[in-house]
Amino acid sequence: MSSLRKATLWSGRLAVLSTVLLLSACARPEAPGTIRDPYESRNRQIHEANKSLDRGVFRPVSTAYGKSVPRPVRTGVSNFASNLSLPGAMINSLLQFRPGDAVQNGTRFLINTTVGLGGIFDPATRMGATKVDTDFGETLYVWGMREGAYVEFPVLGPMTERAMIGRAVDFAMNPLRPLANSEERNVMAGTGVLRGADARYENSDLVDSVLYESADSYAQSRQIYLDSRRHKLSRNQETDYFDPYEDPYEDPNAQ
Amino acid sequence: MKTPMPSKPVLAPTRRSLLLTGLMAGAALAVSGLTPGRALALTTDEASRLIDSVVGDINSAINSGGSEAQMFSKFERIFARYADVSVIARSVLGVAARQASSAQLSAFTDAFQGYIARKYGRRFREFVGGDIKVNQARQVKNFYEVKSTALLRGQSPVEVVFLVSDRSGSNKFFNIFIEGVNMLASERTEIGAMLDKRRGDIGALTRDLRTLG
Repeated sequence: MSSLRKATLWSGRLAVLSTVLLLSACARPEAPGTIRDPYESRNRQIHEANKSLDRGVFRPVSTAYGKSVPRPVRTGVSNFASNLSLPGAMINSLLQFRPGDAVQNGTRFLINTTVGLGGIFDPATRMGATKVDTDFGETLYVWGMREGAYVEFPVLGPMTERAMIGRAVDFAMNPLRPLANSEERNVMAGTGVLRGADARYENSDLVDSVLYESADSYAQSRQIYLDSRRHKLSRNQETDYFDPYEDPYEDPNAQ
Repeated sequence: MKTPMPSKPVLAPTRRSLLLTGLMAGAALAVSGLTPGRALALTTDEASRLIDSVVGDINSAINSGGSEAQMFSKFERIFARYADVSVIARSVLGVAARQASSAQLSAFTDAFQGYIARKYGRRFREFVGGDIKVNQARQVKNFYEVKSTALLRGQSPVEVVFLVSDRSGSNKFFNIFIEGVNMLASERTEIGAMLDKRRGDIGALTRDLRTLG
């Protein structure tokens, strides 16, 4: 790669970073445990479109993938895709001032890329180097940026504004992208999609019950996404639990 | 900016501070004596032991090898025995619970118990072949948080948190969080949406709940 191209790439990344910092400075405050959804009507339209996409394409494709490809193969493909996300996760751990996490993911990457034959197998987990799942959205959280509004994104699904910026930055900053040629990039993207299909298939009972059996699948998806995202970011340290004995009629979402 | 130093060392007891301490202790005693429901009679150990029994029963239900229907009836018994179903049902109904007659509320609570047992029974059924273990319990406000982990074969462990209180008169759990997903809040959203669809008719909701979940 020419040094000029490298320089443009890096200046592009710096531009993204400074935009993010600017946005995080302007983020509006919000109370914990609440749902902020000012774009609800547009989100609901996107949710319906996403459901049709799931019903027409994603669900049948992932069912076919799950039924035709044996589980060890699917797991291998998912492991491979997951392994490729580790260098990006390491950068995020460092940006979050969590060097221990970066070392853990680094060890994992070294073991699984070599002993695990390019990441298809996962001997690292058995050796104690489990994956620390992180992203730039979490980095922004650590830096003090507010969560922002809830948004349902076409194809990608539920997100917060902060997580959305994080996804974009993670995509732009992926340290493996400049190293890969276009064919390798296609493999990266393809295995990423298959990893999603595998997850959709393995959790199909839960996903189907939320999307197709709940009275309001939009509100359920929002609830579940926000609960689990906040739980992940707080690293399992919830404290502001809602107490129904104080006022059983109060809404646990509006404490 | 510096805060001005008090003229006397703060720790030296003065007659006024002793008097105040005495008054405050008296007030605290009076308040705790008046507080209904034996606040904090439950201990961390008791809360942890309750969830040990819950988890033991769940483990034997999911690994009993019975049919789905048998498993659901086991889950309903677990739920009836260990959960404060009435406070959960009231909280999930929200303001609608206040407008309901006591007959409507008890019919709803009964239907809700079956619904929630089927719905969460299905979730716990995914842990089949696995094992749930209680890790730690601690006091939060005036109830207890008991953390457990579902260890599953070939999958990453799932965290299940129970909140336990004795304010119903006996030790019961009133909320479950599976990987942070709050049962009370999700069901509030779900039951609220169901009620809206039935134009606020609790009777219709109760009838439909008997087959849902």
